[in-house]
Amino acid sequence: MNAFLDGAIWFAQACFALATAFATIRLIIGPAAQDRVLAFDTMYINGMLSLLMLGIRSHSTAYFDMALLIALFGFVGTIALAKFLLRGEVIEP
Amino acid sequence: MNWTELPAWAALPAALLLIIGGLLTATGSLGLLRLPNFLMRMHGPSMGNTLGAGSVLIASMIISSVTAGHPVIHEILITVFIVTSAPVTAMLLMRAAIYRTRVNEERRRQQLPAEQSGQSTERSTAD
Repeated sequence: MNAFLDGAIWFAQACFALATAFATIRLIIGPAAQDRVLAFDTMYINGMLSLLMLGIRSHSTAYFDMALLIALFGFVGTIALAKFLLRGEVIEP
Repeated sequence: MNWTELPAWAALPAALLLIIGGLLTATGSLGLLRLPNFLMRMHGPSMGNTLGAGSVLIASMIISSVTAGHPVIHEILITVFIVTSAPVTAMLLMRAAIYRTRVNEERRRQQLPAEQSGQSTERSTAD
């Protein structure tokens, strides 16, 4: 049973690596700026999930804090970039 | 207690949730790569990745709770944060995309000479 859990953790980690690769391809070939921002946000979420998988496998709580910070900064960065695309500046006077 | 000696009643749902979450996340990012239009591409990450992240975080909660011997619910923080921030991100990006498409269309129409304005409206309705 625990071999099954081990295999599931490896499978999930491979899926997240594949998803990060897809988002990287979209980040490179994206035709418009909003495609690139969306790919950047997806890369942030996939990186956070990969860190959670590392945290499960090494039973350390430091990875959880890193994942929380990555989710927070990914949200802030995506909001700033979307605001810049919408208005031309981030912090409005 | 290590997670390698987890009891079966906890290992089986955690493994199933991990497999479902990995498949959903990979499907969402594949949709980001393969769909033809930006407003279609929006769907994949904003739905698939959110649900995949939710199931992976529930699996992580199950594993760390059974390993520690008491309920560990601090993964709920990330879940709540992702579930509240994904619609905000999606809505702002969609508004930015609609605005930029409209501005580019108007700029292209203004750059055309006046006698070709009939052709430009034809082209804009054909798009």
